[in-house]
Amino acid sequence: MRKYSEIIMQFVFLFAACISILAVALICFFLFSEGLPAIGKIGIGNFLGGTVWKPLENQYGILPMIVGSCYVTAGAIAIGVPIGLFCAVFMAKFCPSGLYKMLKPAIDLLAGIPSIVYGFFGLMVIVPVIQQTTASPSGKGILTASIMLGIMILPTIISVSESALRAVPASYYEGALALGATHERSVFFTTLPAAKSGILAGVILGVGRAIGETMAVVMIAGNQPVIGDSILSGVRTMTANIVLEMGYATGLHREALIATAVVLFVFILIINVSFSLLKRRND
Amino acid sequence: MNSFNLTYLKRHPLSFLLRLLVYLSTAATVAVVFFLIGYILWQGVPNLTMPGLFAWEYTSENQSMMPAIINTVIITVMTLAIAVPIGVFAAVYLVEYAKRGNKLVKLIRITAETLSGIPSIVYGLFGFIVFVITLGWSYTLLSGVITLSIMILPLIMRTTEEALMAVPDSYREGSFGLGAGRLRTVFRVIIPSAMPGILAGIILAIGRIVGESAALIFTAGTNPVVAQGPFYSASTLSVHMYALMTEGLHTEQAYAVAVVLLVLVILINALSGFLAKKLTSNQEG
Repeated sequence: MRKYSEIIMQFVFLFAACISILAVALICFFLFSEGLPAIGKIGIGNFLGGTVWKPLENQYGILPMIVGSCYVTAGAIAIGVPIGLFCAVFMAKFCPSGLYKMLKPAIDLLAGIPSIVYGFFGLMVIVPVIQQTTASPSGKGILTASIMLGIMILPTIISVSESALRAVPASYYEGALALGATHERSVFFTTLPAAKSGILAGVILGVGRAIGETMAVVMIAGNQPVIGDSILSGVRTMTANIVLEMGYATGLHREALIATAVVLFVFILIINVSFSLLKRRND
Repeated sequence: MNSFNLTYLKRHPLSFLLRLLVYLSTAATVAVVFFLIGYILWQGVPNLTMPGLFAWEYTSENQSMMPAIINTVIITVMTLAIAVPIGVFAAVYLVEYAKRGNKLVKLIRITAETLSGIPSIVYGLFGFIVFVITLGWSYTLLSGVITLSIMILPLIMRTTEEALMAVPDSYREGSFGLGAGRLRTVFRVIIPSAMPGILAGIILAIGRIVGESAALIFTAGTNPVVAQGPFYSASTLSVHMYALMTEGLHTEQAYAVAVVLLVLVILINALSGFLAKKLTSNQEG
């Protein structure tokens, strides 16, 4: 009797483990089967390369959204990575342990705040500040979204970089010190280069988070489906495109939105693959 | 450590600059955390009008968030009821049963990593296609729950796996040595001693469920009343906040909801941190 339960439970455990395979297969199947026909109908060139998004006139070009997603992600990286990296260096190499006990939960908290709350904060604080200090009439645009996303990816960058820095053998740092380098030079010119690939993995995770972020961006990016010409102009990201129009879209319009998600999904898959390749090289 | 003063600047200008940047970046990060929390609390707490916002019945006048709070609890409990057993069992398979270098295990890990990287809006759209369009359920609580279960599955799997791997092999050997089978060892020895780690993961998952909005808007919908059953549309606190913001008429109420969400997140983080600490002290002891 006991033997049967052993065997049955072993299959139950195996089945539970296979759920994640099943889930990925289902997500791929449903997204692609609903989205790819639309790309076929619109034409892959018109869809990916078209610069006009006017669903009422049957024009479905998502190039502005792809470019928009890339702009805000690049902006987020430009803001979030330097600050996050320096902060990670502080956490790993400068921080007294008493301070660390307060700092670590504060940064973890940053990771736990819901994106809708970030969006609200951006709308109430960052947007008015940008509006008053720059020539932007609405205050919503690439710059605003980049600052917000830069803050949102901080905890990811900090925690991954910090553990990469901590994984570097202390002998690197000690060797540099023994050669007469200052504490800062030893950290920045021996430990940091040694942690390079781990830090890069953190940056890639940050890119994934920034490109997939939806609710915060839709509140503060302006959402005009055009390719912006300055960092103050409004943009619409792929994620915002879906949230804004999915509620009322029908027919080809809805399929085109699902196809937008397919493009986003492919972006995420590329990011995931490069992340795991990098991680494998680290191990 | 060198002292951080003017002579240091003259003797090692680059080191001085680097240290300055390190201090400034950390100060900026901490300032953002405190400013964000402080601002939301300072603006939001006065808007927590006691009877109105917490009335049991939602009306367009009081914009009560009580139904949304109840829905959040319902959705959290249902999602955990689905995702926790699957995630824990999956982790048990990966740690206790699977052989090293197994192809299937590799595939499971790759798919779990893929799942954890998928943005919530893509989950939302997937749920929308499957439940709302294909199955024709329209916006329902159950669609949202299943979508969220898939979304938090990789989180539960990863944290449980880490907790199980942290259990010393001597526990397993001791249990086998006393004649217990594999199954008994898993349920009586390994899972109980990994409990704090598993719980910390579950609490993190609760945080994600409570904060989620993009995956729920097109699956569970934005109806701000208490769900009558699994096939009724119902909005959680985060979705309710989104609705308040997009209508643009209820900024005060949105501030109040933000306060409630923020307090919940702070409590959840504190609890998870406490449990994680308990786990490490257990292992040391």
